[in-house]
Amino acid sequence: MVEADESVRRGTVLVARRPSDHVWLILIWLALLTIPFIAPNAYVVSLANMALINLILIASLNLLMGFGGQISLGHAGFFGLGAYASGILNVKLGLSAWLGLPAAALIAGAAALVIGLPALRLRGHYLSMATLGWNAILVVLFNQLVDLTGGPNGLLGVQPFSLFGIRLDTEPRTFPLVWLASLLIMLAILNLLRSRLGRALRAVATNELGADAIGVDSFCTKLLFFVLSAGMAGIAGSLYVHVNQYASPETFGISGSILLIVMVALGGSGTYWGPLLGALIYTAVPQLLLDYEDAELMLFGLGMLVVLIVFPGGLANVPGAFMRRFGLKGRS
Amino acid sequence: MLEVNDLSAGYGNTQVLHHVSLHVAPGQSVCLIGANGAGKTTLMRCIAGLLRPSAGRIAISDSDMTAAASARLGFGVALVPEGRRVFAPMSVRENLEMGAFRRLWPRRDRTVAGDMAMVFDLFPRLWERQKQPAGLLSGGEQQMLAIGRALMSRPRLLLLDEPSMGLAPRVVQEIFVTIRRLNAEGMSILLAEQNANMALRSAARGYVLAEGEIVRVAESSVLVSDPSVRAAYLGL
Repeated sequence: MVEADESVRRGTVLVARRPSDHVWLILIWLALLTIPFIAPNAYVVSLANMALINLILIASLNLLMGFGGQISLGHAGFFGLGAYASGILNVKLGLSAWLGLPAAALIAGAAALVIGLPALRLRGHYLSMATLGWNAILVVLFNQLVDLTGGPNGLLGVQPFSLFGIRLDTEPRTFPLVWLASLLIMLAILNLLRSRLGRALRAVATNELGADAIGVDSFCTKLLFFVLSAGMAGIAGSLYVHVNQYASPETFGISGSILLIVMVALGGSGTYWGPLLGALIYTAVPQLLLDYEDAELMLFGLGMLVVLIVFPGGLANVPGAFMRRFGLKGRS
Repeated sequence: MLEVNDLSAGYGNTQVLHHVSLHVAPGQSVCLIGANGAGKTTLMRCIAGLLRPSAGRIAISDSDMTAAASARLGFGVALVPEGRRVFAPMSVRENLEMGAFRRLWPRRDRTVAGDMAMVFDLFPRLWERQKQPAGLLSGGEQQMLAIGRALMSRPRLLLLDEPSMGLAPRVVQEIFVTIRRLNAEGMSILLAEQNANMALRSAARGYVLAEGEIVRVAESSVLVSDPSVRAAYLGL
């Protein structure tokens, strides 16, 4: 009795096997809190801000793709929709960033609902195709609706978040906000994965017909996680636009969506901590390669290839792979 | 237990089932035989609530469940799907836990331990391999797991879709022994099979499905000796 109850509590969801993930999360985020104090200049803090926003993007895509097995080629599009929605509401209607943030999440989530309703009914690659088209359309709209978006020149004059009359317009001031948002998103994802819904998602990702047979509604499960994932990307977009006080179309293109997928895979698709590594690489490596100018993208691509050939499970699985290699019992 | 009346169903514009009626009495074992493409799986999916019929009604335990598609699986009805469909990366134990999904979460029901013990008693092989990923099991063991997973929801009606598919004759024998045992213990069973010989030997009654219509209904013993059934489905 006791033994069975224990196995139920541990659950089958990969992350649930380590009971201390919550503790790790809090510890890591407490450590991150020191960044503004130890960073040598504001530039490093701005990189930390970007890394945490990228983390929200990659972690939300990993929830859909890594855990749910559904590939979205339009994640940067939802990111952009959130950014422009929040930014335009602010610039054109004077809506505060604090209202723009939930509005961005709702608008991105609603867009995902509209796309997912037809595309997720079918098994197969329909979601990838639909989201690819979606992202292409968005980029055209961002460029062409000049009155609204500012077109190729970008959306200017976006106001930052402000708290008690203090404008969060410098890197050290925005950091706590981005820090808190990313912590809440990571916490939400962890709890989701451990919930009944997380179970259903894993069943659907593993074998959709099998999931149907035990009474899991595959369609609703996929749709829910697609909407949640897009909503989180919308939140990342709102943070991005108010932190940078600017948005331009090229940030949200299809190549961005593909890079996000690569980062999910590189960090470790379907692992809880993988996106942290993915976000770190996504933010830091281009900065380190700045000196190589034209060779930058090539070196980036080469590095990704090498990692994925040597560690197909992504970087988050490297410790486990080493443990197994040396005959030790890995935690996974 | 199960009462299907005048059921028609299909996919898009293609109608597969035409006015199908059948019933399974409580504790009875009934089989559905027919060739590939006769509509067996479509009928099973309709009864399980996975496919919405275009016409007709489905009653379970004397209550009309036609509209309540999602209130069947996991609530008295369990499906062992065609092709087994186990969760390959999950362990045998985890697969069985998933079978109790509708009942188990969010309440962490302790009775799952007893149900799992019952499944392990039925399939000692699963007990031996409980920590292994389901994907590493043999075809026969996966079929046992699929049946065990279905039993974890404590069904009163068990729907088995083609349990002999792709299995060695000796393994098929073993699976059918278990099906008979479950029926002897009081489980109502509806079994769809291409292997008419095995199906008719373990069911009391048989329906012959051809091109989406029920063309024969009779006691299994009658069907086994029927010349046309023997020629068409038993290969004799």
